[in-house]
Amino acid sequence: MSMITLKDIRHSYAASPADDMDWALKEMSVQWDNGGAYALLGPSGCGKTTLLNIISGLLAPTEGEVWFDERNVTHQPPDARNIAQVFQFPVVYDTMSVYDNLAFPLRNRGIDEAVVDKRVREIGAMLDLSDTLDKRASGLTADGKQKISLGRGLVREDVNVIMFDEPLTVIDPHLKWLLRSKLKELHQRIGATMIYVTHDQTEALTFADQVVVMHDGTVVQIGTPVELFERPQHTFVGHFIGSPGMNVLPCSLDGGKAMFAGRALQTANAAPAGAKGRSEIGVRPEFVRFAGDGIPVNVVKSIDLGRFRVVEVRHGDDSIKLLVPEGEEIPADGAYVSFDPAHTRVYIDGWMAGAS
Amino acid sequence: MAGWRGQADMAMKSTNQKAWFFVLPVVALVAFNALIPLMTVVNYSVQETFGNNVFFWEGVKWFEDVLHSERFHASLLRQLSFTGIILVIEIPLGVAIALTMPQKGFWVSVCLVLMALPLLIPWNVVGAMWNIFALPDIGLLGRMINGIGIDYNFTQDPTAAWFTTILMDVWHWTSLVVLLAYAGLRSIPDAYYQAAKIDGAGGWAVFRHIQLPKMKRVLTIAILLRFMDSFMIYTEPFVLTGGGPGNTTTFLSIDLVKIALGQFDLGPAAAMSLIYFLIVLLVCWVFYTLMMKDEDQ
Repeated sequence: MSMITLKDIRHSYAASPADDMDWALKEMSVQWDNGGAYALLGPSGCGKTTLLNIISGLLAPTEGEVWFDERNVTHQPPDARNIAQVFQFPVVYDTMSVYDNLAFPLRNRGIDEAVVDKRVREIGAMLDLSDTLDKRASGLTADGKQKISLGRGLVREDVNVIMFDEPLTVIDPHLKWLLRSKLKELHQRIGATMIYVTHDQTEALTFADQVVVMHDGTVVQIGTPVELFERPQHTFVGHFIGSPGMNVLPCSLDGGKAMFAGRALQTANAAPAGAKGRSEIGVRPEFVRFAGDGIPVNVVKSIDLGRFRVVEVRHGDDSIKLLVPEGEEIPADGAYVSFDPAHTRVYIDGWMAGAS
Repeated sequence: MAGWRGQADMAMKSTNQKAWFFVLPVVALVAFNALIPLMTVVNYSVQETFGNNVFFWEGVKWFEDVLHSERFHASLLRQLSFTGIILVIEIPLGVAIALTMPQKGFWVSVCLVLMALPLLIPWNVVGAMWNIFALPDIGLLGRMINGIGIDYNFTQDPTAAWFTTILMDVWHWTSLVVLLAYAGLRSIPDAYYQAAKIDGAGGWAVFRHIQLPKMKRVLTIAILLRFMDSFMIYTEPFVLTGGGPGNTTTFLSIDLVKIALGQFDLGPAAAMSLIYFLIVLLVCWVFYTLMMKDEDQ
């Protein structure tokens, strides 16, 4: 087990990257603490898998270094890094039994059969595979196969990090939950660092202590699920996390104050004087209320989700969503909304103003 | 798993027989171009004829004759040896070439076209090409082999004749195995290779546990096709060696044509055709069943 440090890494699949668009991963430095449960969250094509493959050693970064504790592993192959990776589609060695699949990584390293047997049975029991050890791996269901993939990583002593690349894609919905709880349980039991790649915010938020949100090859925020919800550092985080996502409204700046709908809004942060760039305010639907006074809006539609309704209103060309608890009136035309100042923030060029 | 239960459920219910009507046109077509011609062969195989459409019933006499004939045994042995040798060469060679072919980029199409070329040449042209190519006096190959001091003349020496015939078949048909094996290799997702790297598997382990199992189906097809084609080979050796020298390269088809059209022994020829047909059918069935056995478990 070890701490993983990515130092100023950049990656491009192009032979000679010229402009910004050529970089699949833009320059970043990230540190993954020993024993943490991380989720790497972002839309398809944002560079999650590239980042994962750089950590596992399947890819060498174009620039920068990868360190496991005090060891520079940038140019070490995957098998020398002692890592485990579970892929999107289950990878099992079809012709082998479950037992042989689990034993494969150990046998490749020439480990004594008695030790192999002990480890395989131990891991088999941990993953509830004991009953199927003698069966052909190809006969198992998708979730069983994913467990084998995971098991092949776990059999090695002292795995530095276990990485999951959207591992639940092919799993039936009712089993997803079970398997995710299993992963959580394993994390608590063996305490290895886990990095879980997904584009599904529910998976990310339920699995991880720390969520790393990626967008366009950049890490936009690292934080706990609560931090991501309450203090999105970037409009993308606000928009991507939460359902529905954060309202992002264009505003003008007047001496650090955000001006929207002809009025100065009270916000939790202030734009630095003389800030340039696209200015927006962000406020989550949870923190928008109908009020007697404030921003005049028209109600466009309302979707009933049971315990609350998602109401879409318009002010001019801007659409605002808000949550209205069950039993509360939705006013007819001529309504006003107000934003909770503690949860309304100013963003300059997408980034939260005043954030370091 | 669910699929199996589903099928079992279907079997319990009454089966819808209407589907047979949709199969009828195909049955009619197959009957017209395969079953009926085959029946005429069956007809000849149990009777003696002296022309004029006069037939005498002979029962299984021709079958007994063929099965006890040393000539048939010799042809069959030659045929089995030939097929065995070319399979042992072409399958591993084809797989080896497929493994070394590029996976992406400009050279993929170049390699594929080059590989496909021999397959596009008509069989009798292949025979003629190799005949000239291997002639000891004017052929490029023949001159070269003799040039390095080996006495080589495929029209007189049985070993040289076999060598040339096998070389010709390998040249003509290894590409088919390459193309099939290559298709099988390309269908393996990258994740398998990545997982193998992480598991610390070496090149041989990757081949043995990933590539070979994933190629199993296409290789089964390749072996079946090469078995059937080579077992029924006629044109190429006929043009190359004419079955000689003597009858050392007289394979089953060549022998069959000699009996049927050379000696006009239609009864024995028909009986031999049927035995020949049954051997091909039997070998294919046994092989396919064995290969697919654990697939069904």
